[in-house]
Amino acid sequence: MTKMEAPRQGFANALIKLGKEHKDLVVLDADCAKSNMTNLFKAEYPERFFNIGISECDIVGTGAGMAVAGKVPFVNAYANFLTGRAFDQMRISVCYSDKNVKICGHNAGTSAAQEGATHLPLEDISLMRSLPNMTVIVPADSLEMEKAVEAAYNFEGPVYLRVGKLPVPVVTKPEDKFEIGKAIKYRDGSDVTLISTGIMLDETFKAAEELAKQGVEAEVLHIHTIKPIDKEAILASATKTGKVVTVEEHSIIGGLGSAVAEVLAENHPVPLRRIGTNDRFGVSGKMDELLDLFELRAARIIKTANELVGAKVNN
Amino acid sequence: MAFSKERTEFYNDLTKKIRRHIVKMTNHAGSGHPGGSLSATETLAVLFNDHMNIDPKNPEWNDRDCFFLSKGHCTPVYYSVLAELGFFPVEELMTFRDVDGRLHGHPHSGHIPGVDISSGSLGQGLSVANGVALAAKLDGSNRRSYVMIGDGELQEGQLWEAAMTSAQFNLDNVCAIIDWNKIQLDDFVENIKGMKDLGAKYKAFGWHVIEIDGHDINQVDEAFKEAKRTKGKPTAILAHTVKGKGISFMEDTADWHGMAPNDEQLEIALKELA
Repeated sequence: MTKMEAPRQGFANALIKLGKEHKDLVVLDADCAKSNMTNLFKAEYPERFFNIGISECDIVGTGAGMAVAGKVPFVNAYANFLTGRAFDQMRISVCYSDKNVKICGHNAGTSAAQEGATHLPLEDISLMRSLPNMTVIVPADSLEMEKAVEAAYNFEGPVYLRVGKLPVPVVTKPEDKFEIGKAIKYRDGSDVTLISTGIMLDETFKAAEELAKQGVEAEVLHIHTIKPIDKEAILASATKTGKVVTVEEHSIIGGLGSAVAEVLAENHPVPLRRIGTNDRFGVSGKMDELLDLFELRAARIIKTANELVGAKVNN
Repeated sequence: MAFSKERTEFYNDLTKKIRRHIVKMTNHAGSGHPGGSLSATETLAVLFNDHMNIDPKNPEWNDRDCFFLSKGHCTPVYYSVLAELGFFPVEELMTFRDVDGRLHGHPHSGHIPGVDISSGSLGQGLSVANGVALAAKLDGSNRRSYVMIGDGELQEGQLWEAAMTSAQFNLDNVCAIIDWNKIQLDDFVENIKGMKDLGAKYKAFGWHVIEIDGHDINQVDEAFKEAKRTKGKPTAILAHTVKGKGISFMEDTADWHGMAPNDEQLEIALKELA
């Protein structure tokens, strides 16, 4: 049985661990400390925790000021409000100013669940990816989240980190090497490439196993860093398999699917299918129900891959 | 205590010099914002020359005081003050807004020594100033954080979010200068979205408020001293100023918010500033 754990738990663990060694690490939250689990950091290092209140624009600017003063601020709020409302503050005070601020968007994707459409961030990756100087990281599970937080701390420059709230299977391994900007190849295959990001790695693994039983060998590439994207890894795999399916818990407009499409279209056009949410808002529902509703499941990945593999392609 | 005769003369010379830079720079670029630069000349000159703990030779020095130009369009005065202090050569002012220069229309950190944050999207400066001030408190540093805000800019909601943050954390190392010149791009502020009783607003937000004539260097000087003495709360200096101050045809009109003088107008302006 795969262990289930909330990505935010890995996030909190990493902050506390890093906070012990690094006195310049400060944590800011926009009145969501209990939900974002930054209250655990607060309990350990109260003097380095700042609740800035329900004001996303202000908290992002405050983080930029902290960075001017040499701190490494982790700025926390719900992903949709942070990336939507405070986009301009991230654009000017953080990215254009090139400040070392770590923007942590919580309640990511379907983990906002029954809060409904207002709280379901399905556009955050797209927004953050468009900002010059911004690095965008979408970890797969709590274990990879811990590594991502540490990498973000050690990286000089603005980072957007997408943090899920609800428990998901821990599918990565402690020995997996995490390097910003480097894809991880989890499975070799020759028939089709499945590229996933975030928590969709789990369903992608399941799909690859089932496809193998059906005689289709899928290569699995996990892209935790959407920007800068690992062009070499994508092109190497696409050159080998000639067919690509992307899988993300996010809109297909502007997210992983778009990023991969850009790389392929300009360098090595091959048939591509993007799996994600289709230009729509969310609804209220349990996380599992939302993943079903959006068809972010192995069944759709299998069906899509089979269609690609079976189709006659003029290339 | 009023400035000495020598210091007064120094400021008379310096502010005239800065105003000449402002009209020449905007004339050179054929664009830019002279009105709000001319109104902020005395406040910024006195702040940078008599109050800020900075070192033009070492602009990144750790415990330096920080200044943020929240009304980021007023680069002509900002760049002039920095250049006159020696952060970069005065001659460089005449590359203002040039495509191959670093003195962009709005300030960009990392390009220009002494500029700690990029600005130009209104409303963002006080939050950044708070961030530095919070970090200073955490470090036990005496560094202070200054921000200049336009009165029209106060229509941006983020400035009021940030005003609450400054007060909540008792940031007595934050000092905001409101360049209250009463005019914004389109018209008089009162005709668009008026400030009403601005002092009462800041007091109600938990700030110490000082109201001055922003063109009187002694009043400006005293205000910064009072801000430094004020403990437990942030200070807002409401500086009553005249948009376009010092040049007869630019004074008190919205027309010169974002327009550059042509050669003929420049000549008249420079004569008035002789």
